[in-house]
Amino acid sequence: MNPIAHSPHAHAPSSIGKVMLTVMLALAPATVFGFWLYGWPAINLWAVSLIAAILGEAFVIRIQKRAVKPVLMDGSGILAAWLLALSLPPYAPWWIAVLGSLFAVIVGKQIFGGLGQNVFNPAMAARVMLLISFPLEMTTWGLPSTLTSANGLNLIEGLKVTFLSQPVDGMASASLLGHVKTEFTRGIGLDQALVGYFAPMDALSGLRTGSLGETAALLILLGGLFLIARRIITWHAPVAMLLGVAVPALIFSAIDGNHYAGPMVHLLSGGVMLGAFFIITDPVTSPNTALGQFIFGLGCGLLTWVIRTWGGYPEGVAFAVLLMNAATPLIDQYVKPRIYGRDRNGVALPAKKGA
Amino acid sequence: MKLFDRFFSGMRGGVHPEGRKDLSAARGIRAVPLPQKLFVPLQQHIGAPAIPVVNVGDRVLKGQLIAAAQGNVSAPVHAPSSGTIVALGDHVAPHPSGLPVPTFTIECDGQDEWVELQACDDPFALESEDISARVSAAGIVGLGGATFPSALKLNLSRGVQTLIINGGECEPYLTCDDRIMRERATAIVEGISLIALAVAAKEVIVGIEDNKPEAIDAMRSAARASSMKVVAMPSMYPMGSEKQIIQVLTGQEIPAGGRPADIGVLVHNVATAFAVHQAIRFGRPLISRIVTVSGGAIKSPSNVEALVGTPVQELIDFAGGFSQAASRMVLGGPMMGQHITNADIPVVKGSSGILALTADEIGHDEASPCIRCSTCVRACPVGLLPLEMAAHIRGSDLSGAVDLGLKDCIACGSCSYVCPAHIPLVHYFNYAKGDLAAQERSKLKQEATKKLAEARSDRIARIERERAEMMAKRKAAREAKERAAKEAAAKAAEEAV
Repeated sequence: MNPIAHSPHAHAPSSIGKVMLTVMLALAPATVFGFWLYGWPAINLWAVSLIAAILGEAFVIRIQKRAVKPVLMDGSGILAAWLLALSLPPYAPWWIAVLGSLFAVIVGKQIFGGLGQNVFNPAMAARVMLLISFPLEMTTWGLPSTLTSANGLNLIEGLKVTFLSQPVDGMASASLLGHVKTEFTRGIGLDQALVGYFAPMDALSGLRTGSLGETAALLILLGGLFLIARRIITWHAPVAMLLGVAVPALIFSAIDGNHYAGPMVHLLSGGVMLGAFFIITDPVTSPNTALGQFIFGLGCGLLTWVIRTWGGYPEGVAFAVLLMNAATPLIDQYVKPRIYGRDRNGVALPAKKGA
Repeated sequence: MKLFDRFFSGMRGGVHPEGRKDLSAARGIRAVPLPQKLFVPLQQHIGAPAIPVVNVGDRVLKGQLIAAAQGNVSAPVHAPSSGTIVALGDHVAPHPSGLPVPTFTIECDGQDEWVELQACDDPFALESEDISARVSAAGIVGLGGATFPSALKLNLSRGVQTLIINGGECEPYLTCDDRIMRERATAIVEGISLIALAVAAKEVIVGIEDNKPEAIDAMRSAARASSMKVVAMPSMYPMGSEKQIIQVLTGQEIPAGGRPADIGVLVHNVATAFAVHQAIRFGRPLISRIVTVSGGAIKSPSNVEALVGTPVQELIDFAGGFSQAASRMVLGGPMMGQHITNADIPVVKGSSGILALTADEIGHDEASPCIRCSTCVRACPVGLLPLEMAAHIRGSDLSGAVDLGLKDCIACGSCSYVCPAHIPLVHYFNYAKGDLAAQERSKLKQEATKKLAEARSDRIARIERERAEMMAKRKAAREAKERAAKEAAAKAAEEAV
């Protein structure tokens, strides 16, 4: 006799794998742009990250004596490695990608109990680990050397960059945030520091120095809007994070424009856009409710701005996300939807006799 | 303020399952031919089972009372056709367990001969109590699926502000209410007016989902002469749930643990209103209902009028049988219906649909881990956190799940429907509710046992005490007697000296 199935006897045509695939699809434009902008080393780095994540995850699943295929097929490990790769300096050596990916899927996810159980965003945990452990490699930026330009690196040269740490022309170039921080230490204000470093149009299109896939603000926004349209994510966390960065930036730059960068600089630099649409919308490590997600996003944005402005590191997205990940259970404890027929405190609504 | 109200008075959450109503919506109601045998369970309602009033071997007429209501919460059962009672015993029940329940088996004689009915020419002259009494005698229960005795609801709701008639029919596939509204609108409207009269409702709203424009038109034109409002509601599951339809149509919520009457509302289903009309106007008890036979594995999906007690197989045969092997048979709608494994079960008062679904339609998949995407939170029309509740239940922390609102769950299935991880959330919740009920029962049983044991030891102590007192009394009496005898003997001796 076949077992009795419980209702409902219909199901929406969705699955975890499909959700992850949709997110990857949304990431594709910014990723492909990164490939074009930085050439073969970026492609190599991305591929190495993904392969390391797949092999690493398969290995730990094997030692747990669980079926490997369903775990790999859900795509969450690949996605975490993908997001990590996008946040790496494009000319970073291969072992950075391997270490980061292994850390993301093994320490960031499987040690906590696998998909859905991790407290911290695996990609951001790995990024922070790399940033603290290998500050030099993680902050060595290169000038874009596009795939199609005459002086672009070919495949062999690209492999040399990634696997033999062969330096690229303009390797000493700094990211905008790093540059500003350095200039501050030399007592140079924003009015001079930003010259030649911040061009809003380039920042929008992504033609600037930065991580592999974080620079193309418009393409990331496009991907984010696609995810909102497909109802994979909601607007609450991204909008809140952008507000969390932009509002204090606006207020402080209005008070002292030479010392505090304006909202456009903050929004269009570093990992804010990628963070807002792809990192803090990670369902596992963010709150359950719309209001909770808004608070979470706002916290991520504010902390990012605070770390960038007053902290020791030029970029704060990864730190901010980890800190807010830790606050997620607390937010979920206090922000709960009101239940039908009850008030916010869970007390039954009064009856209206003879109403 | 009005805009604010509009924005917040709608249903929260909800899902848009694929309707699939087009399979059967265009098919008019056809009566299923009289089967040879009818299997009529004694319990087709919430409450106590009815008590048989006829014996095996008796000839019964169509509409004749064969089992009477027992106690306050119960409903009588009538013979759906004329024939002979050939058995009263266990028969497989329309219940997921497949366990048998006490059931009358009637061998139909084919005459379909009615018992003498008590028609009423001027039902609107009836007293309110008289209407409920007739509804009660006709064995009418909520035909939307809840099968709560209707007369009891009328009695508990006298003097409500608003009577809501539920024509939502938000379950996919089902078109039985759609068809009854299209084809029998006049009778339904009269039934509604009678219910309104019985409870002295001040306003009447008929809510119909806007995916049934023909039904809305039919009901509007039938209701033109009356003051009742026919409202088109957005099509969204679970619009037809009592709590949700009240929220959408009145902007009010039933207090937790309360009833609609607590906020001055009474909700009845359209098919129930039709049954009320039949009972009051013609004196006909509830012995048949409209059933949708549909699903991808049914050759010709239909809406049929079936006598209570007709085996499900007869309905499937009447709908042309199977076009392909059904992956799952369901009684009711796909969102809240029951999986059935036996086509011998009879149609009962609460059977709204019989679905033969293909594997594609069910879309079942193995559950994967929860990724906390909170799609279930957005889908929940009650405002619960299904993912958190399921996590607590999985960890055997039932009280934690109760704290999160488990008892407010209406088991609509929206969360399970949308879950991308295919986690059977509602199954968890119903399991937990069942477990809690069992715990509650065993607690009551323990208390009762304890009470009995205490009573027993009290009784034994009392008997001991009484016996001791008795002994003491007897002893005292004996001693007094002996003393008296001794004294008398001494006196006699004295006198004798």
